[in-house]
Amino acid sequence: MFKSFMLAGAALGIMAVALAADSALDPAQSTMVATFKQENVPVDAPFRKFSGRINYDAANAAAASASIDVETGSFDIGDAAYNAEVRKPAWFDSGKFPLASFRSTAIKPLSATRFAATGTLTIKGKVLTITVPIDVVPAAGAAAGSTFNGTLTLSRQAYGIGDPQWNDVLDDQVSVRFHLVAHP
Amino acid sequence: MSATLPTPGAYTRTAVSLHWLIAGLIGVALLMGWIMTNLGVTPLKLKMYNWHKWVGITVLALAVVRVLWRLTHRPPALLPMPAWQRLAAHALHLGLYALLLALPLSGWVYSNASGYPIVYLRLLPLPNLVDRDKALAGTWHAVHETLGWLLVAALLLHALAALKHHFLDRDDTLRRMLRWRSPGAA
Repeated sequence: MFKSFMLAGAALGIMAVALAADSALDPAQSTMVATFKQENVPVDAPFRKFSGRINYDAANAAAASASIDVETGSFDIGDAAYNAEVRKPAWFDSGKFPLASFRSTAIKPLSATRFAATGTLTIKGKVLTITVPIDVVPAAGAAAGSTFNGTLTLSRQAYGIGDPQWNDVLDDQVSVRFHLVAHP
Repeated sequence: MSATLPTPGAYTRTAVSLHWLIAGLIGVALLMGWIMTNLGVTPLKLKMYNWHKWVGITVLALAVVRVLWRLTHRPPALLPMPAWQRLAAHALHLGLYALLLALPLSGWVYSNASGYPIVYLRLLPLPNLVDRDKALAGTWHAVHETLGWLLVAALLLHALAALKHHFLDRDDTLRRMLRWRSPGAA
């Protein structure tokens, strides 16, 4: 009796997720933090502004899709002089390329709560295909958001971010950790 | 055996080495601190901040050794001088020891509060003393800078007093800190 009650509850939950498939990112609950290394010192710096939509149905994860835009001018190292520097043409060139964007092209389920998202990541006008593993925490109810967590590592130089004179101080590899909460 | 014991009136070689080593490192750290804060955003600025932190951490470690040495080894007595000068000398030395510890520590806290862990010599990550906090970073920046200028003032007094003893009083105060080999030692 109890078991069937639980099953019914689970089914309702899945239906809720299915109904809430296309969701917008909640900016208040989502975070996107880049970690770069200078002289081997890891420094975290968040992107303060980004938006997007995630279309995810736990029952049919392979059909999921995501579209995310990040404002490069919202990158916050915590110091006004450095923030001004990274918006310059040698770095993000935020005046000319205000948005970095990800558009998914293929989703490969890896387990019930994990999938690999492949898509195009465009930064500074340069388009590269990336694949990133993502962990999903399904929505607890119809009104609650689903959570998508992952970390992606990319090369600054592949995107032409940064004056080469910085290369012996600043690592090429930058990791971006995201915690995205999407609401119906 | 007796040759290895410090002669009365002489500092141990350890005390003399620590004094001048720390003096040199402090000079480098203060100079870099002043230069790097006046640089624009360049790779050199970033490098200098890291070098400054490494030198500061080295000073902190040596200062801990020095305080322990001082607590376990009685230094030679002050040479004859008026009571007020004796008091001033003790107060200034106490202040210098306090700054040797407090200045690097305040820099460490300031760095962590600004979101920068310290990785000593690019190799050894040091523990974060505080979490990142912009308001806290502002406070500790002010503390670190104030302590830095206090140290500059204390060092000037320290050096002027040493020169006064050497050239005006013509006593042994400065010479005995420059003497590597204890008089009478083999």
